[in-house]
Amino acid sequence: MKLHNISFGNIRRRKAKMIFLALGLIIGISTIVTLMAITETMTVEIEERLNKFGANIVMVPKTETLSLNYGGIDVGGVNYKVREFDQADMPKIRTIENAKNLGIVAPKVLGATDIRGTQVMLMGVVFEEELALKTWWQKKGAFPQASDEVLLGSTAASVLGLSPGDAVEMGGDTFRVSGVLMPTGGAEDNAVISDMAAAQSVLGKPGKVSMVEIAAFCRGCPITELTLQIAEKFPGAKVTAMKQAVMSKMQSIEMFKSFSLGVSVLVIGVGALLVMVTMMGSVNERTREIGIFRAIGFRQSHVMQIILLEALVLGIFGGLAGFALGNLVAWGVIPLVIEEGVFAGINFRLGGLSLLMAAALSLLASLYPAMKAGRMDPSDALRAL
Amino acid sequence: MVDHLIEIHDLNKEYVSGDTRSLAIDRMDLFIDDGEFVTVTGQSGSGKSTLLSIVGAMNRPSRGRVLIDSLDLYGLTSEQRADFRSEYLGFIFQSFQLIPYLTVLENVKLPMAVTGRGKKEKNRMAMAVIERVGLADKAHRLPDQLSGGEQERVAIARAIVNRPPIILADEPTGNLDSGTALEIMGLLGQLNREGHTVIMVTHNPSMEVHATRSVRVKDGRIETIKQRAA
Repeated sequence: MKLHNISFGNIRRRKAKMIFLALGLIIGISTIVTLMAITETMTVEIEERLNKFGANIVMVPKTETLSLNYGGIDVGGVNYKVREFDQADMPKIRTIENAKNLGIVAPKVLGATDIRGTQVMLMGVVFEEELALKTWWQKKGAFPQASDEVLLGSTAASVLGLSPGDAVEMGGDTFRVSGVLMPTGGAEDNAVISDMAAAQSVLGKPGKVSMVEIAAFCRGCPITELTLQIAEKFPGAKVTAMKQAVMSKMQSIEMFKSFSLGVSVLVIGVGALLVMVTMMGSVNERTREIGIFRAIGFRQSHVMQIILLEALVLGIFGGLAGFALGNLVAWGVIPLVIEEGVFAGINFRLGGLSLLMAAALSLLASLYPAMKAGRMDPSDALRAL
Repeated sequence: MVDHLIEIHDLNKEYVSGDTRSLAIDRMDLFIDDGEFVTVTGQSGSGKSTLLSIVGAMNRPSRGRVLIDSLDLYGLTSEQRADFRSEYLGFIFQSFQLIPYLTVLENVKLPMAVTGRGKKEKNRMAMAVIERVGLADKAHRLPDQLSGGEQERVAIARAIVNRPPIILADEPTGNLDSGTALEIMGLLGQLNREGHTVIMVTHNPSMEVHATRSVRVKDGRIETIKQRAA
């Protein structure tokens, strides 16, 4: 016979009351787990959307002149001298401190060239990177597979009267149109897009890069920090974060996180109160028992141990059951509240935390009832016999 | 000067509830020797149960001293008194007072939960006293599966399992029929003959025949003390 036999015996005997007590913890923990799982899924989902959205950092050479272009309309012609990067320096981007946050790095060379007597913008890209970045591009025909194939923007194809399969001559070389992009509303509608090396050759800019678009996954790090790190590596570059979209979405998540935290604190508070009230009730009901324990030689600390051990067992049970229920609810609710949202899976670290939190909460809420039980005067308790 | 096992000097106990004061024990002196079987009888409210709880180291008197084995009980801290109860006293409560969710064996082992004995020794000691009270075949039953007499036997087994020198019994036969009550009194008499000092509170004067000495209390004072002829 040990003190824990008494605790377990009491739990077995008062099943209904103990389940009610554990229910407070289960509801509290499951609410927290559900809210955290929803927040987690929202964050992942927004990250994925941002990735689909494309680049969120743009690196261009610094210029001391002002652009005379607004909304795609040039008012002063091309009258500024363009500086460029060396393609050989591009790997330096991936040496920044937060390199792990960098996704796609898509360099481009830009310049004007003449096709059939018409000036057009030629854009040389690394197709593998570019297509990964511009996942929304739709085309007629196919994307270029060889260095002598080009992709035309919808407006460029229309103005030049070219279709997939046609041949086109640029800078003395002949290229084949592999495909035509559907209108995107972006700058590429007016461009002829070719392989980087081919464009550098046509434009007479061997080994040069005009600009770089970067897709960064910036969870847990401020995007401006990334731009500063890149700018440090390229002193001649102007690195700009397209952070409005990111920030507004992140702000929404932060607001939801704050809301979740508020709800969690409230639910935990109610749970703790429930545990305390139930434990107090249990102690009052057990006055007779406690009187017997004290009369036969149990110390105050022994009585407290019995009550706190019961609280610990219920806390662990409540934590485990709450974690399981929270994950189950999250799995069911996430597809309903988040468009295309999929439950991110069981977070065992959160499971450990839930267990610790439930056990600590149960112990803390039971401390006063346990102290009251321990301090119970055996003669008072026995008068209740 | 004769050393007594239990010495009660000028004992006074007053209960205060709001403006109301009631005197439960009034200037009582009593001395009990090792090996005595003392019954304390009196009407309801006479102070006999209060006397038992004070001797049981559970109820601090308003005035006076209680010495057991020369130890001043109320000079000890609350935790020291708990240890004292565990070592010196065995309680038999009114209405058995067994823990309903523990088996007979577990109930009997309860006082040993806070002693340093090993599991095997606890089991051996508990089974020995359960056999002693004739319930070996019911060791794994719950209290509500036993008759009143059997429950009283379990309560006695629990009281003696730690081999305390003093047994304090509060109306142990109050809920039993006369036949069973006689059996229980026989068992207590036997324990007394084996060396346990027994103090039993009862409202039933007919139980006095089992005692070596009978103390009658009235209004918190000793009315008569009768020594039974050997």
